[in-house]
Amino acid sequence: MAGLTPTTSTGTSATLSGSAFDPLRKRLLFPAWFVIGFFLVLPVLLMLVYSFLTKEFRGGVVWEFSTASYDQFFFDRGLFGDEPAKIEWTYITIFWRSIVQALIATVICLLIGFPTAYFIATRPDSTRNLWLFLVTVPYWVNLLIRTVSMKFLIRDNGPMNEWLMMVGLIDSPIHLINTNIAVQLGLFYSYLPFMVLPVYASVERFNFSLAEAAADLYASRWTTLRRVILPAVKPGIIAGCILVFVPSLGAFLAPDLLGGAKNFMIGSLIEEQFKGSAGNWPFGAACSMILLSMVLLVLMVYARSQARAGAQ
Amino acid sequence: MAQASAGIKKYPGFLAVTLVCLLVLYLPLIVVMVYSFNDSASITRWGGFSFRWYHEVFHSAENAKFKEATWNSITIALMAAIAATVIATAAAIGMIRSGQWRGKASSFALINLPLMVPEIVTAVATLIFFSAIGFTTGYLTILIAHCVFCIPFAYLPIAARLQGVETIYEQAAMDLYATRWQTFTKVLLPLLAPGIISGFLLAFIISLDDFIITNFVKGAGVETLPTAIFGAVKQGIKPNIMAISTLMLMVSVCFVTVSYLVGRLGQK
Repeated sequence: MAGLTPTTSTGTSATLSGSAFDPLRKRLLFPAWFVIGFFLVLPVLLMLVYSFLTKEFRGGVVWEFSTASYDQFFFDRGLFGDEPAKIEWTYITIFWRSIVQALIATVICLLIGFPTAYFIATRPDSTRNLWLFLVTVPYWVNLLIRTVSMKFLIRDNGPMNEWLMMVGLIDSPIHLINTNIAVQLGLFYSYLPFMVLPVYASVERFNFSLAEAAADLYASRWTTLRRVILPAVKPGIIAGCILVFVPSLGAFLAPDLLGGAKNFMIGSLIEEQFKGSAGNWPFGAACSMILLSMVLLVLMVYARSQARAGAQ
Repeated sequence: MAQASAGIKKYPGFLAVTLVCLLVLYLPLIVVMVYSFNDSASITRWGGFSFRWYHEVFHSAENAKFKEATWNSITIALMAAIAATVIATAAAIGMIRSGQWRGKASSFALINLPLMVPEIVTAVATLIFFSAIGFTTGYLTILIAHCVFCIPFAYLPIAARLQGVETIYEQAAMDLYATRWQTFTKVLLPLLAPGIISGFLLAFIISLDDFIITNFVKGAGVETLPTAIFGAVKQGIKPNIMAISTLMLMVSVCFVTVSYLVGRLGQK
């Protein structure tokens, strides 16, 4: 078979570009389409179906249509389900807390990540890659191990408190673990490189003669940053914010290991429906659907703004 | 211009922020590394330097479960990364060397879908799917799930590389009567090699790193290293966990350093 192809392939490629871009090559995409379609798209659709089924008590579902999961999420009908429906705040609060936590994590990553990315992007060529390497190395260390390390460091009787007390900066341990601050620290630690890398990429592309022009026109350093550099690197900043916000929203390890029960986030709520004793699969599926819808909404708004920016 | 703009580029305090950033990133890892050599059984008090916990990790029966979990982690990561790299290489050629066609943007979105769906949602969906079709959860379900989310990680560096390779080489080969297969193996594949290697390494590390999805789709009895460590940590951070963490940390750092150096060689 292979022996025949030379003549046919040169025969069909009358024009040069015909041989390099062959529409039939689309077939090479079939395996990827199949694997992702069958093992991700189909499961997500099935999850949507499951969120409308009736729960079975040992986990799993009964194949009977029901909106009980969404009802449980939004409404409180009393212990026996016969009282007039009130808004149920428990789950809305958990989602709201997750959104706020993810937003704060995004802002912190931006405040620390932007100067870092900017600093690295303005290094001379010889050291730039080394700085970038230093910032990204921790990202390649297992996320679980990073989170556990953070937990070890900031425990009440952990090394950090011990050193600070030894030096005499504090008298009693700073209580960090199981607080919002610990969760923030964990999220920052998990997703910082997602902010640094896109910002770095756009600062590196920035043409600094524009900043020079601004300086020549007597713009102060901060005005230049605010009015010239920031608008130019905005796409990188927005991309970084989305890359931090989306995984923070559904994060599990940082809130679970560092946050404790008081700082319950969406990830733990969902996990509990499948792994914990609560075991309510349709409700877990419904929570996942709501989370997925929020994420897709953010991504769609982003894609829209990108398209609009591209059209201008 | 370079000299003139050097002053303009600088902002006071940015160096300090960068250093603080590096401190936060590295301090926990260094502390765990140091304390893993602590001789004392109490994890906070320093009792002198020793390899005691490393010895225990490799030799005590109690830690046998970690050995099995390590084996599972490595074999799954290897197979998932190979499968994902093959699928991603084909997909990259299919995307970039097929001209323009309707639905190309959707195809790109589909390949990158595993990056957009939050991990915990993927985990839930995959668990529901396997349970609905009556597939017993275990080693194989972990492998399939890993292969799926590794595809975009393998795809991105390969596609980036392919975009940088001009079509003239393939055209020249085909003008010289190379078959399609010969053009692929003798011309395109060597040109793509750096992208394929980094795609594979990325997929391998991402698979080793995964906790959430594995935790959902693993059956009873099958553990990977992250799930085994998570289970142990729930009972408190013990010195043997710190020794295992340090070992994993070293492996990751070696991996990244090697791929960094390979990348630098490739540029020169």
